[in-house]
Order: sequence, then structure tokens, then C-alpha cells
Amino acid sequence: MAEKTTAAPRPAPLPAELDAGAEANPIRPFTVEIPEPDLRELRARIAATRWPDKEGVEDDSQGVPLALMQDLARYWLTEHDWRKCEARLNAVPNFITKIDGLDIHFIHVRSEHDDALPLIVNHGWPGSIIEQLKIIDRLTNPTAHGGTAEDAFHVVIPSMPGYGFSGKPTSTGWGPERMARAWAELMERLGYTRYVAQGGDWGAFVVDQMGLQAPDGLLAIHTNMPATVPADIDTALQAGDPPPGDLSAEERRACDQLLRTYGQVEYARYMAARPQTLYGIADSPVGLAAWLLDHNDADGQPAAAVLSALSRTTSDSGELTRDEVLDNITLYWLTNTGVSAARLYWEYKGGFFNAKGVSIPVAITVFPSEQYQAPRSWAERAYPNLIYFNEADKGGHFAAWEQPQLFAAELRAAFRSIHDKRRSS
Amino acid sequence: MSTTVETATDIRSFHVEIPEEQLEELRRRIEATRWPSKELVDDRSEGVQLETLKALSRYWATEYDWRNAEAKLNALPQFMTEIDGVDIHFIHVRSRHEDALPLIVTHGWPGSVIELLETVGPLTDPTSHGGRAEDAFHLVLPSLPGYGFSGEPNEVGWDAGRTAQAWAELMQRIGYTRYAAQGGDLGAIVTDVLGRQAPEGLLGIHMNLLVTTLGAPTPPPGDTEEERAALDAINTFTTSGFGYFLEQSTRPQTIGYSLLDSPVGLAAWLLDHDTDSYYKISSAFVDGEPVGNLTRDNIIDNITLYWLTGTGASAARWYWELGQAQAKAHAAGQAPPDVSLPVGFTTFPGEIFRAPRSWVEASYPNLSYFSEPDRGGHFAAWEEPELFSDEVRAAFRSLRTNGGSS
Repeated sequence: MAEKTTAAPRPAPLPAELDAGAEANPIRPFTVEIPEPDLRELRARIAATRWPDKEGVEDDSQGVPLALMQDLARYWLTEHDWRKCEARLNAVPNFITKIDGLDIHFIHVRSEHDDALPLIVNHGWPGSIIEQLKIIDRLTNPTAHGGTAEDAFHVVIPSMPGYGFSGKPTSTGWGPERMARAWAELMERLGYTRYVAQGGDWGAFVVDQMGLQAPDGLLAIHTNMPATVPADIDTALQAGDPPPGDLSAEERRACDQLLRTYGQVEYARYMAARPQTLYGIADSPVGLAAWLLDHNDADGQPAAAVLSALSRTTSDSGELTRDEVLDNITLYWLTNTGVSAARLYWEYKGGFFNAKGVSIPVAITVFPSEQYQAPRSWAERAYPNLIYFNEADKGGHFAAWEQPQLFAAELRAAFRSIHDKRRSS
Repeated sequence: MSTTVETATDIRSFHVEIPEEQLEELRRRIEATRWPSKELVDDRSEGVQLETLKALSRYWATEYDWRNAEAKLNALPQFMTEIDGVDIHFIHVRSRHEDALPLIVTHGWPGSVIELLETVGPLTDPTSHGGRAEDAFHLVLPSLPGYGFSGEPNEVGWDAGRTAQAWAELMQRIGYTRYAAQGGDLGAIVTDVLGRQAPEGLLGIHMNLLVTTLGAPTPPPGDTEEERAALDAINTFTTSGFGYFLEQSTRPQTIGYSLLDSPVGLAAWLLDHDTDSYYKISSAFVDGEPVGNLTRDNIIDNITLYWLTGTGASAARWYWELGQAQAKAHAAGQAPPDVSLPVGFTTFPGEIFRAPRSWVEASYPNLSYFSEPDRGGHFAAWEEPELFSDEVRAAFRSLRTNGGSS
């Protein structure tokens, strides 16, 4: 990777405000250029993998199965082409700017529609900005994707600290609260005085924190992993006790789903306690790949959506493919961020899905294969200023990655009232 | 060791001989390690510290000599025998004192028979180690299934209960009709179950980890200062030191890829056990000040054994079996049978928690020996082999009055 002194080509001019304060905190264009020896070394390591024996079971109940890993490694070694991913990344304007002492990498694509709504989208773990690449054009250029000009967004997609091309923190403290402040600073630095924020997985924690901090200019948030669980129910579920009170069918289903999820998040508990001990994922590509693949969704661990992607080579509708799964894993490898990304779990000491007390306008899309399907009743209590609530008919934990078309349509619908209000004010 | 026993029961002699290429490849991989960035804290709270692991890997690649470990192992009689479909490797040292008490000692995780090597002298030959002839043991040190040179089960179900049954079969096959059993860590789990199964010939057990407390559905009482301190220590362990347990008991295959492919990844995983042992081991590498017998060579012998036998994943799988067994027991809601045999217990001060006598008595009403020495930790046999041997001698002394010879 290399930082260039000349600006990368961009589809639309940046606002004049972008240059404000440029001397103190410049925004530098960034191009991804991985040196060829790094790619050669990766291939050499994959080829030299020393494998464990086959798991002792015929399913994935002991972890990512050997046959799956060996197939994936073979494809990674012989057919996957990182340069194609690099080209996709470099086809959008990438930047780096220092915020709160740390280099923050971000993609920033302005819509041609000048009154587009600025939107910051936050990825999660085991993801990266690669999760969001397919929604960029759908959001910035809606007229090419069945939308109207009024639906357009200016899109900002940062890499979290310790992830991808962002810097790795060298001291503790970079949890969701601090990231939320950094994102507000980033939007301000970009000259956006009124904007919205979106996130799933860790991104959902960050946008909740943005909602709590309610920085000037933040009009609303959209989350696809809402934290809605009432305190008494959350306490009971954490303790493994039956949830109190008279629950509706939807609420009972959510409790069952949460209990299932809590039984599938040992990876999270591990990283929350011992991120540094994962030396093996810095040293072994296959070790890293297995670790990143073993995230659950409602339909399985590893996530059913990711497993089905491993047998999908192309998709006209933008559904997740094998190459994209490997693009993301390769990004972690090339930036050596397996351990630094894991530290985010260590930083965070708060609850998972408990209601956080966000009072600004909130939009929610519930995807059916998410960790749990938030009931509207809980959503209304957790987010009293709920401006949008919809249950999508497909998609899961990696919604933007799995169903970009549907995801983009959700964001348009979710923020339409904010768009209209902003335009009329 | 009498050869007649061997031929009668299909026990094969075993010798460790690792091909040189494997040692070269190991060194090559250590030298090619790609490191993560340094942890963000000044202690072990984020995991194994970079400085510790770099010091370890430097020594491992440049000065360490596996052939010394091999020689130590091969200096002892080693055997292999198939039990219940799995090849079980074991060390078997008969005391020259014929009426010695046969004793089977089970290692734990992240250990192996390497943990127990320095106890062989004191236990089998007490008169050369400050003890008396009446304290002698005939010693059997098996490798758990999936560990070291033992085979790996190719079916599920090899939990502690099945392992304990295999140990009873092993002792019988060797020809020991009256024997005792000892264990810490996973070895304590196996020994506890063995005590509950009470196979014919088992006279008593001794443990140095109170396993009835760690996985208990209801916490033990916190009425005394000692009990409260132990509860605090358990709480610290389960909130910050329990990660390896959770991961290995649910997703052993997933972490297994890193453990098989990266020597340094394996080393870190194996070092990250309890706080006390970690700092003792770290001190050996970073400050050149080993505590007790936890020397650089001894620590790396054990890690190298895991590497060369490729058992990182299969050893982790033992926890998966443990998790399955615990879930099944929990669902059945049945308390395991009591241990009616005499039980000895030693609380070493550096252990994950200092088991108070009150808890040990509640778990084992037939407690016949309890002691709290002033040093030693989780790897008591490894760290303080002489002291550990004293404890084992004292714990089983009363059993001998009934006649302990095979």
C-alpha cells in the first residue's frame, strides 16, 4: 500500500470545507498497492500449511471442518486474485487522516446529487470496508439502481482503528465510545454539518454510541443489529435463567435466538479476554482464515450465508461470493490486523444487545438471519424516537455484504423522512 | 519391568526418534514467524506478552536442543498398548523396592508426560531422594488420548469417564491388582472420575486441583476468609483466564489450524494458562530466572512435544469431550456417585485457587489426607518435583499399611 501525494481520481469534487484545517490534520489520498513479495509470501505460507487431522465429527460442531478449509486454501492459493480486489478498492477514493492521534483510513464517495444526504457506514468483525463496497454505487448513484435522485447519499466508510488500512492503536481506550467521537470528527472534517450514521455488528455498537453522544449534525442512525433487549430480560438471559414477564410470541422467539447466540460467541469471549495470545492468526494464513470464518449467523456457525457464498462464484444481484470472502480474509492478512482487530473485543466492557438509551431518531431493519430478530415492541422501548422499523425478508448478519440491493433500498427508505426534513428546512 | 508382563498383554516397547528434517522445519518456521503488534498493556491481561514470546522463540530456534528431551524420555521405559481402539503411550518405571505401591499419574493440559519426568526419581527411588524404601512407587505415566505419543480417538466419546476406564484396564494389563492414582488439571478430572468408578484394585486417589468446584452448577460457600479468597480467585479465572477452556470446549478444530501451522502460535496458546504459572515461566525467558523446575528447556520440551506430534488440535478436542460430558450430566440432573475410597488432596499456594479444606471435605467426605505446602503452583509436579513427591508419599502412606504391593 502506498500513500500518494497526488490526489486520486474521484467522481465528484470534494466540498471546499475539506481543505479547512488541512495543515493541522490533512486528509491524504490513499491508494492500495500491496508489494508483490507480500503476495508471494502469502502463497508460500498457504502452500506450506501443516494441517491438523480431521475433526472428530461429521458436522461443524467442533469448528470449521478440515475439508472446507483445504478446499478454500487450494482456491486461495491457485485462483484467488488479490489484485482484482485492490482494483475495486482503488476504483473509489480512499483517504487517510489522523484523528485523535491515529491514522484513520476511509472511503469517501460523493454523490453527483449535491443535496445528497451524507452517511457514514461502519463495518464490523470479522469484516472490513470490503463488506460495504457493493452498496457504494447503489447509495451514491440511486438513479442507476432503480431509485430517485432524492434518495442519494454521500458515503463515508471508515476502517475501524486496528482494522484494514487504519492505524493500529498503541495504547488502550479505542472502544466504540472513542470511535463514535472520531467519526463525528471525521464527518466534521469532511465538511458535513448534517449527516446520518449506519452500522451492523461492531458498527451497530459504534452508531449506538454516536446516538448517545448525539454530536452536532448527527440527524439519525440506522442499525441492522439493534440493541433492544430490556434490562430485566437481558440479565435473566445472561444468567441462563428463564426470561421474566409475559412475553409475546415474537419476544419469546427473540429470547430463544439470543440464548442460541450466547452459546455461539466463544470467539468473542476469547478475544475479549486474550486477544494477544492469538499469535497463530498473525503467523498462519489458514489459522487466520479459520478464525475469521467461524462467526455465526442465525442459521449456523460458521454463518450459513458465508458457507453458501463459498460455493458461489458470481452473482448478478450482488450476493456474497467466494472471492469476496477471501478478499476480506486477505485484507486482514496483508495488513496483519488479526490481533489488532481482536483487541476491540478486549476494549469493550459493556453489554451486547441490551438497550443503551439512545434518544435521537433511530431506524432499524431486522434481517431474518441476524443474531436475533428484534421485536418491534422492544425496539420501540429501546429507541423511543423510532422513525423506521422494517423486517426484511432475506439477509443476515452481514446484510450489506449478503444483500447489497436490499440493504441499499432499506437505507433509502429508513432515512427518507430525514432527507425530506433536511431538504425542507 | 518384567518382560513376561509385556508379552502376555500386547504391550510394545516404544522409543522416541524424531527425524532431523522435522526439527529443521520447526526451526525454519520459528525463524519465519510473522509477529503481531505489541500488546497495549504492561501485564498479561491481554494475553501472552510479545517480549516473553520473542524471548522464547529466540531460545527455541537457536539454543534449544530437542535431542536432550528425547534422551530424557528414552532413558525411561516407554510402551504403547491399544486400549478401547486407541494406542496409549505410557512410561512405566518399576521401583527396585519390590513391595512398592503401583501409582498411575495423569498429566493435564497444556502439559504432557514431560511435566512428570522429574518425579520419576523421587517416587520410584525414594532412598536416593531423601525418602525411605517404604515410600517407593511403581510408576505409570500415560499420555492422554490425543496427547503426545498416544493415538488420537477417531470417534467421539473419549471423555474423562472413558479415559478412566482405560487407565483401569491399563493397570490391570500391566498386572497391578492394587494401585493408587494421582492427577492435577485434566489429570485431576480423570482421577476424580476414576475414584467414582472405583475399579477393582484402586486403593485411593490424590489430586492437586479441586475439579468438583470449577464446573459446579452452584458455587461453594464463601463463609470464611479462606473460602471468600478462593471464590475471588475462581471469579478472576473464569472472567479473564478461562478463554482457552471456552474455545477448546466448543471450537477445537477452529483454533487447531493455528496450533498446527504456527509454532509460535502454539507456544503462546500453551503458555496462556493461569497467572501464577505464566509469570513464573515468563521470568525464565525474560529475566533468566526460572522458578523451581520451570526452566526454559523444560517448558520448551513440552511445547516441542506438542509441535512434533501435531497434537494441538487433538489435545484441545479433549475439552470438547469434557464440555459434551458436562452438558449431558447437567441435562440428566444426576449427581455423580460419591468417592468412597480414601482421598488425598494437596492445595498448592500458586494454584488457580487455593482450595480450602472445607470445600475439599465437602467434595470428598472420605478425605484421608489434606495439606497446604508453602510453594508450588498449578504445575506442581513440574515446578516442585521433590515437594510434590513428598506430598504423594504422605498422601498414600496410610494405604500401604493395608498392604500395597502388586
